[in-house]
Amino acid sequence: MMVATKEIPLKEYVLKGNAACAGCQDMVALRHAHKALEGDVIQVVPACCTSVVQSLWPKVGMNIPILNTAFMASGATASGVKAALRAKGKDDTTVMVWAGDGGTFDIGLQALSGAFERRTDMLYVCYNNQVYSNTGTQRSGATPLYAQTTTTWFGKREPEKLLDLIVAMHEPAYQATANAAYPRDLFDKFKRAKEIKGPKFIHIFIPCPQAWNYPVEKGVEIGKLAVETGYWIMWERIGDKFELGRHSKRFQDPSKRKPIEDFLKLQGRFSRLFKPEKDEEKIKEIEDYIQHRWDILLKTLT
Amino acid sequence: MSLRVRSCRAHSGCVLVVNEVNTEPEGRANMPKTSYSKPSVGATGKTGSWRTFDPVINYKECSKCRTCWLYCPEAVITLEDDGTPHIDYDYCKGCGICAQVCPRKCIDMVRKGTRDEEDEE
Amino acid sequence: MKTELMSANYAAARAVVSARVEVVAAYPITPATTVPEQIALLSEKGIYKGEFIRVESEHSAMFACIGASSTGARAFTATSSNGLLLMDEALHWASAARLPIVLANINRSVSPSWNIHVSHDDSMSKRDTGWIQFYVSSVDEFYHTIIQAFKLAEDERVLMPTMVNADGFVLSHTVSRYDYLEPEEVDKFLQPYSPPHWVMDPENPVAHGNIVFPEHYQEFRYSMHEGTKNALDVYLEIEAEYKKLFGKYFGGPIECYKCDDADYIMTSQGTIGAEARDAIDQLRKDGYKVGSARIRMYRPFPIDHIRDLAKGKKAIASFDRSVSYGFGGPVANDIRASLYATDIRPLIKSYIGGLGGRDITVPDIKEILLDLIKHEESGEAGPEETWHDLR
Ligand SMILES: Cc1ncc(C[n+]2csc(CCOP(=O)(O)OP(=O)(O)O)c2C)c(N)n1
Ligand code: SF4
Ligand code: SF4
Repeated sequence: MMVATKEIPLKEYVLKGNAACAGCQDMVALRHAHKALEGDVIQVVPACCTSVVQSLWPKVGMNIPILNTAFMASGATASGVKAALRAKGKDDTTVMVWAGDGGTFDIGLQALSGAFERRTDMLYVCYNNQVYSNTGTQRSGATPLYAQTTTTWFGKREPEKLLDLIVAMHEPAYQATANAAYPRDLFDKFKRAKEIKGPKFIHIFIPCPQAWNYPVEKGVEIGKLAVETGYWIMWERIGDKFELGRHSKRFQDPSKRKPIEDFLKLQGRFSRLFKPEKDEEKIKEIEDYIQHRWDILLKTLT
Repeated sequence: MSLRVRSCRAHSGCVLVVNEVNTEPEGRANMPKTSYSKPSVGATGKTGSWRTFDPVINYKECSKCRTCWLYCPEAVITLEDDGTPHIDYDYCKGCGICAQVCPRKCIDMVRKGTRDEEDEE
Repeated sequence: MKTELMSANYAAARAVVSARVEVVAAYPITPATTVPEQIALLSEKGIYKGEFIRVESEHSAMFACIGASSTGARAFTATSSNGLLLMDEALHWASAARLPIVLANINRSVSPSWNIHVSHDDSMSKRDTGWIQFYVSSVDEFYHTIIQAFKLAEDERVLMPTMVNADGFVLSHTVSRYDYLEPEEVDKFLQPYSPPHWVMDPENPVAHGNIVFPEHYQEFRYSMHEGTKNALDVYLEIEAEYKKLFGKYFGGPIECYKCDDADYIMTSQGTIGAEARDAIDQLRKDGYKVGSARIRMYRPFPIDHIRDLAKGKKAIASFDRSVSYGFGGPVANDIRASLYATDIRPLIKSYIGGLGGRDITVPDIKEILLDLIKHEESGEAGPEETWHDLR
């Protein structure tokens, strides 16, 4: 049973008047993650939008301890925080990394891998807006096929790397995907993660109005379309027990999925797939890649 | 210096929105040794000034389902015990998400300045 | 206190125990490797009681120390050469965050080509990271300076990370006598670390390191500069206290040997300073009024001590085991700069050598001093910079 909206605590850890863009889905995810963790957390943040949304010294728009760190160093920094807590006998506090896709898929991958191999008791969250938003939308290892960025002006030629499988091969104690458009599900996943010792990973799909170029009010709609088109797969893995999420279950059958176009055409970053004329071939390629992702995920983890 | 930069993308896609933040120099006598920050509401000032459209809740239609509260990225919607939502216009950035997700479609986005403030209760 | 026989690296691992370090994070690199190896052993035996994080890189080692220190723990790491270079981003981070981390750097040449022997290029290239820097000349001095470094770094007037440098192999792998202090003894000198300003604590949440605009950035940097500069006087206090408690004293920021009545001085860093004593004694026998000044503290640079040292001297040979490409010996440059605003004007000659572990022995030092004397006496300054033993 998913948590009812009414049961989610009212206390806010994301404070109003912060520096996030209007409509930023990262803030929705942060709000509910922290409601689940209830403040007993130290959050490590590498260079990314989440470092900027905090706003300027001497104020910060979040009511939790935050240790900002270098772009590639989250896994290591969190390891140090955890070690200090252990040395001081305050081991119960959750140490959480909140890193972008650049800080996770690319520059921070080594530190993440090291921390997980050491079985560090921490929760690593990758909020994935599929691009380097903070520096003005350059491609990352998470940028999807044919998305336009300021380093792939005519669309990226390679699909994103399958980070979830890389992480899964570290055999974390807990692993899940989530989506800011499903905050109740997200809340539950953070609640579960809080109770589990060892390395934990939550990968959150975060539409970004700035970088994806869609009308700000459409963030939730796009997040849901990602699931309904099969583009984003919701799942959870406790130890080696894999479970397809209830939101994604029915989209395992490709015939039940909404056409991927519904997802793509709302976003300016895919405009070249529709202008000057529709590029059926490339859209088909994206669709095929989605199926490939389903196949390889299920083959590997079930 | 008082900055009023909207959507500055000079360094940052993540819109370094600095809105009427008073950044008058502190003077180092009043500064700590390193830059640690205290949690504050309005860390970036009154972000309500970013809005072009105001969300207005039609309380007659509102079912108190809390969906707008759930999805508001800004945490500017507060709830009464019975679930009645209230928007803090000092900080609401006007993204319109609440209006989109409202299952009864009872939040309207109206051009700033046309909202009847009396209506609010 | 008990006397033991050990290499500098083994002694450094003991200093970590003595100083009750709470978190160590380190990665192997020759010649520093035996430091983390020993800490691992001491940890597995339950002698070292803190946490030991076996990180996957030096960048991660320093950031793990940063995470630990930000959470209020006393943190330590050790590295050399390429490892120190890989830490660069983290070194700047630690100092700007005012985290009193202590790093034992076992000086080694940088690559390419691979060379595991001593040069000071690694640490000299980190001169401007904000780290306080010491150079030591014996196992005993290394051990005790590491303990002192925690007290210095954690002093509220300082709050800057501190690097203690020891020459690779010459010290790191050479067994020698040193005086070990039990943690209970060190307790009299070193109190538990308690961050005076901010710490990661859910009970009292703050964020460290979010954006600072041009209105304030410079003032934070000034405060770092002040902290580093304060380190000089604070170190004098610390040394005095240490001497009183344990009878150990290594000579202050600059250890002088027969400098007082000397006309000619050779300055150097690290183990060459120890070697220089024999050279001085031999030259003195031949009637030369020479002395040796071993610069122990390189940052903050002990400007006043340099001025006192240079006053009334005819000439100074500054020996650098490193080079600032295109501008000679880094310490020589600092000595010259320290005197420029004064009317103290000895001839100052820069000698560069001993790179990649090339031996610098007593005859080398004599040769350098005689070269200095020859130029001073002839009134011909000669080259500003001489590469010693350049073949
Ligand atoms: C070592 C280093 N290289 C580059 C940067 C510049 N930089 C800061 S944030 C960023 C992109 C962040 O992207 P991502 O992790 O996807 O997070 P997002 O901004 O999208 O939230 C880059 C390239 C940096 N801070 N440090
Ligand atoms: S650029 Fe995107 S992810 Fe970054 S703050 Fe703005 S909306 Fe959020
Ligand atoms: S417009 Fe956006 S910020 Fe304002 S109340 Fe609605 S969801 Fe929240």
